[in-house]
Amino acid sequence: MKTDGRPAVSEALHEITLTVNGVVREAKVPGRRLLSDCLRHELGLTGTHVGCEHGVCGCCTVLLDGDPVRSCLTFAVSVDGHEITTVEGLSGPGGELSPVQRAFSECHALQCGFCTPGFLCTVTALLRDNPAPTEDEVVEGISGNLCRCTGYQNIVKAVHRAAELMGDEA
Amino acid sequence: MTTKLFGERVQRREDLRLITGQGRYVDDLGRDALAAAFVRSPHAHARIRDIDVSAAVDVDGLVAIYTWEDLPERVRDPLPLLIPHPALTHGRTAYPLARDIVRHVGEPVVMVVARDRYLAEDAAALIEVDYEFLKPVVGIEEAAQGAHLVHEDVPGNLGAHLVQEVPSASGAGAREAIEAAPHTLAFRLDFERSASMPLEGRGVYARWDPDDRSLRVYSSTQTSTSVRMAVAAKLGLPLPSVEVIAPDVGGGFGVKIVHPWPEEVLVPWAAMLLGREVKWTEDRREHFISSAHERGQVQHVRVGFDGEGRILGLDVTILHDHGAYTPYGIIVPIITATQLLGPYRIGAYRVEFSSIYTNTVQVTPYRGAGRPQGVFCMERTMDRIAAHLGLDRADVRAANFIQPGDFPYDQGLIFQDGRPLIYDSGDYPESLRMIKELIGWDGFAALKAEAAAEGRTIGIGLGCYVEGTGVGPYEGGHVQVTSDGRVHVSTGLTSQGQGHETVFAQIAATELGVPLDRVSVVTGDTRRFGYAVGTFASRAAVMSGNAIALACRKVRDKALRIAAEALEADPRDLEIEDGMVRVAGNPGASIALATVAVLSNPLRYAFDEEAKRATQFSGAASMDRPPVAEGEEPGLEGRDYYSPVRSTFASGMHAAIVETDPDTAEIKILRYAVVHDCGRLINPMIVEGQIHGGVAQGVGGALYERMVYDAHGQLLNASFMDFLMPYATEVPFIETAHLETPSPLNPLGIKGAGEAGVIPVSAVIAAAIEDAEGITIDRMPISPSELHELRGRATS
Amino acid sequence: MKPSAFDYHAPRTLGETLEVLAGAGPHGKVLAGGQSLIPLLNMRLAAPSHLVDINRVTSLDTIAVRDGGVRVGALARHAAVERSAAVARAQPLLGAALRLVAHPVIRNRGTVVGSLVHADPSAELPAVLTVLDGSVRLARHGGGERDVPAGEFFTGPLESATEPGELAVSAFFPALPARAGSAFCEVARRHGDYAMAGAAAVVVLDEDLRIASARVACVSAGPVPVLLDMSEVCAHRPAASDDWDAVARAVRDLIDPEGDIHATAGYRRHLTGVLAARALRIAAQEATEDRDDATGGPR
Repeated sequence: MKTDGRPAVSEALHEITLTVNGVVREAKVPGRRLLSDCLRHELGLTGTHVGCEHGVCGCCTVLLDGDPVRSCLTFAVSVDGHEITTVEGLSGPGGELSPVQRAFSECHALQCGFCTPGFLCTVTALLRDNPAPTEDEVVEGISGNLCRCTGYQNIVKAVHRAAELMGDEA
Repeated sequence: MTTKLFGERVQRREDLRLITGQGRYVDDLGRDALAAAFVRSPHAHARIRDIDVSAAVDVDGLVAIYTWEDLPERVRDPLPLLIPHPALTHGRTAYPLARDIVRHVGEPVVMVVARDRYLAEDAAALIEVDYEFLKPVVGIEEAAQGAHLVHEDVPGNLGAHLVQEVPSASGAGAREAIEAAPHTLAFRLDFERSASMPLEGRGVYARWDPDDRSLRVYSSTQTSTSVRMAVAAKLGLPLPSVEVIAPDVGGGFGVKIVHPWPEEVLVPWAAMLLGREVKWTEDRREHFISSAHERGQVQHVRVGFDGEGRILGLDVTILHDHGAYTPYGIIVPIITATQLLGPYRIGAYRVEFSSIYTNTVQVTPYRGAGRPQGVFCMERTMDRIAAHLGLDRADVRAANFIQPGDFPYDQGLIFQDGRPLIYDSGDYPESLRMIKELIGWDGFAALKAEAAAEGRTIGIGLGCYVEGTGVGPYEGGHVQVTSDGRVHVSTGLTSQGQGHETVFAQIAATELGVPLDRVSVVTGDTRRFGYAVGTFASRAAVMSGNAIALACRKVRDKALRIAAEALEADPRDLEIEDGMVRVAGNPGASIALATVAVLSNPLRYAFDEEAKRATQFSGAASMDRPPVAEGEEPGLEGRDYYSPVRSTFASGMHAAIVETDPDTAEIKILRYAVVHDCGRLINPMIVEGQIHGGVAQGVGGALYERMVYDAHGQLLNASFMDFLMPYATEVPFIETAHLETPSPLNPLGIKGAGEAGVIPVSAVIAAAIEDAEGITIDRMPISPSELHELRGRATS
Repeated sequence: MKPSAFDYHAPRTLGETLEVLAGAGPHGKVLAGGQSLIPLLNMRLAAPSHLVDINRVTSLDTIAVRDGGVRVGALARHAAVERSAAVARAQPLLGAALRLVAHPVIRNRGTVVGSLVHADPSAELPAVLTVLDGSVRLARHGGGERDVPAGEFFTGPLESATEPGELAVSAFFPALPARAGSAFCEVARRHGDYAMAGAAAVVVLDEDLRIASARVACVSAGPVPVLLDMSEVCAHRPAASDDWDAVARAVRDLIDPEGDIHATAGYRRHLTGVLAARALRIAAQEATEDRDDATGGPR
């Protein structure tokens, strides 16, 4: 069957302002709109991926005021007025890749690439807080992100490599 | 041919877009598309009495609700049985939306289309389906007894039954050989379900163009060409009016080779009917209960052997759980049955399987596709023989190996491609030597004693496998050099993270003598290449890699012919390097491949400066023959296909050291080593990545992952909270060594590598735990809880 | 997997929050970190008609070390409490347990009080609150505040004493007395998962360094954290000479855990014994070292 498309009771919309990757963005969202969906569908930033929508896989990890959080476990309206960094915002202003991005490519730390944005955001914050992590700290640091392709070995390697690249640049 | 790029650790060309958030996965497309959601059966087995949509019709943003009754001819028919087999006497497939009966939790019943997914789910939640419960059939042995039926017309729930028998050299059957053997053992093995579980679920996005009556479908699939044919057939559209594209795909591992999924038919159908773009993005719960699983088997083994552990007869009876439907036929149990023999030459073999219906999610290939179960069977058998005879486990294996001089070696079975199972090449004794050295096999006893002195329990295990890779029937490649000197390569099979864009570019760059950055590769887009089979069975590199190499050779021959004319040289004296065709030994005489491309296409109109060279008054053309000579085509391009007579057989051996906690029964993998032989390596970095990922999935299957169904057919762990895919904290460091035994079957000498890593892991971990604990391990996966129970049974 | 619609409320003050909650009554749900709640909403296992988001009530974002313990406000994130040096000094068990709560990214958003109100018997923090005899402060519109001791706060699996209309505004984790030690031990299927079994232990020594009090709260051992007083079993012996196997056996006799898909009841019982004894042994050891500290006083 097809409905006649007559409007039914629609949800209240909230006007929100987010600073995403340094750019002020506005959106009108229902209270239940997940931040992941808001970024992807309202704002067109599809680099943030959705793998489970229950907070386990980590694909949707973004930086909220600098700290990695699950965007699928955050309502967009909750973070009205806050700063968000997504994978699209990790490169420099001229598009130059960040050390973490370069290291992931160099070390073959991605295959299908679906989990990669979440890892990149997580690792960016990890290395900012701990520029020279030990092996255990690296593994602990990425332990909330699932990858079904790489077996993690090259991701761990890439985190160390990124630390090295950041050290060289410092 | 320069070999600069073939075999090198070239960095991936896919990466840039994927690390900057510029990848294009299905759900990244179609921002304004309508969203589909499905009402799925909450029951494992029930008759639909009534569907009441009245509460849903007032939902804001609702566009359409469809049940089976609403579907037109062809669309409403059962989905195709993709791989028929004479032994599959009772194959059954599902309707795209359930008709009368649902046979597993998650079966789609109603399709809802709305403005967005939130609203579609709102409407779906308000649709009431009245079910009459039927007795759920759960558990492979219960199902095999046939007291209750999944399909009323399938007695005993038996979908397929197949026996293959290979007699000994003296003509004795396996059972006879076992009876006559000096030693015999009989035991049972169990292997539980897991699933591919790519992080991107399935997804379909369809755009119907009413102006030219054409359909474009994006699907997260492992086979776009076959989806295209299926969709065209279902919707009654001419094939040229349908294009299917697999964009970036977030992992496949087998589940996405199944097609057409109900959603792959229904979403394009709805898009056509509504005249609107429609998209469906599978969520995680849907993936758990509505896609496919694999692995569940019960095996009964009888083996007869001599005093050195040489197997004289092996008789395996397999009960295979294929779930509620058989869209992919009986490929999985066929592979188990035929690949079980691994690197071994055994006296006589008999294998029999029964493929059984249950009221659970259908079973289709997951990376390894039946091999992990087969290898588990064979390797557990080897360990049992060693234990029985008091021999070293590696020695028993060595005693049974096919020797390097024995190739090609005919196992006497019919493989999954319907062709004889003949191993092309391999060096198993060398692999064994390498893995023993890598893991420190011979020094382990001392290590174990040392650990024991500290109160620690450690054990070592070993597992060997042979994997038929690169199955036919064919793949193709198209290579075009354009007048800017760029090389455009396309092949029909799809990519899900294997790095095809990189390795196929390496092959093309090597074959054509051009810099890598001039080569671009497109896969899985029917607009570019319409003939293909798909990405499965570790076949992409072998099939498309060789097809592309052959297409490149055609292009190269043509380029040399044209260049020879321009340079007034003999084509045999020419070489191509760095995008320049030149006369060997005469650096002055050269012509750019770009120019050759210009000359290959005689022109009337000069669209740019370079194109002038090919126009009619440029004086370049010979006046003695037509501009396009007979048998030639304009353009510097070539297409070729690779269709092997049979599969090529990769092999490998894994070993692991595990530690078990005497108090908590926790199991920790201390070391994991892999020796891998996939013939010539195109890109060792990528091959190692495939191995790492495979082993990680193997570790998941050995220690963490299982699909837990209760007696009602409810999947109890349909979330990432409870289906335990390993994190970085659970996967050991993997030590890898390569052996390169080229395949004689294909021009590049390569074998497949995609699935290898996962295949022997359960066998290896089981062996290592058994060695640590001194307790027989005969079912996998194993958890600390189960190890604890096993300890209790062993001491009581 | 998208949540059902709800009316969203974003109060900025505690008073406003309580007012909204009072109005919503049983149909209201508080959103703090959301790391347990939002998965339930996404799966539509919960569908409150009013969601009261307290993330703008900054007065609740507090961590205070005073009155002989740590008081954590309703908006204090796991990560902030975990990183607090003052908390680590005042109540090290809290930090030790927090490091085992899910994964670092979840802890960036999740809140300590939220974990307590969620009242999952498999979670770490309810056990910590229980073994420390802590309390949760509840407030309601026009009704003032009440402190509910841990022993009464957890009333069943995913059930707490928080009434409709009430907000858990803070939780109090008392500091340890002198000559005391604590430890948290657990075994999860994967790192960061809910534990199959676990134990939060506190041991207090007498002046002769014998065990005066030994308490352990067990995780995943019952519908709520299972508090066991093992003082008698530990028999007032010095830590080094105690019979920890006997302690483990006694723990096993006292609990009646259920089995699930990850662990049988029998394994859970066994494992709880191992981990309770292990946690008590480490706590006793720590208490002994605590006595050796020059300062010796309450930490």
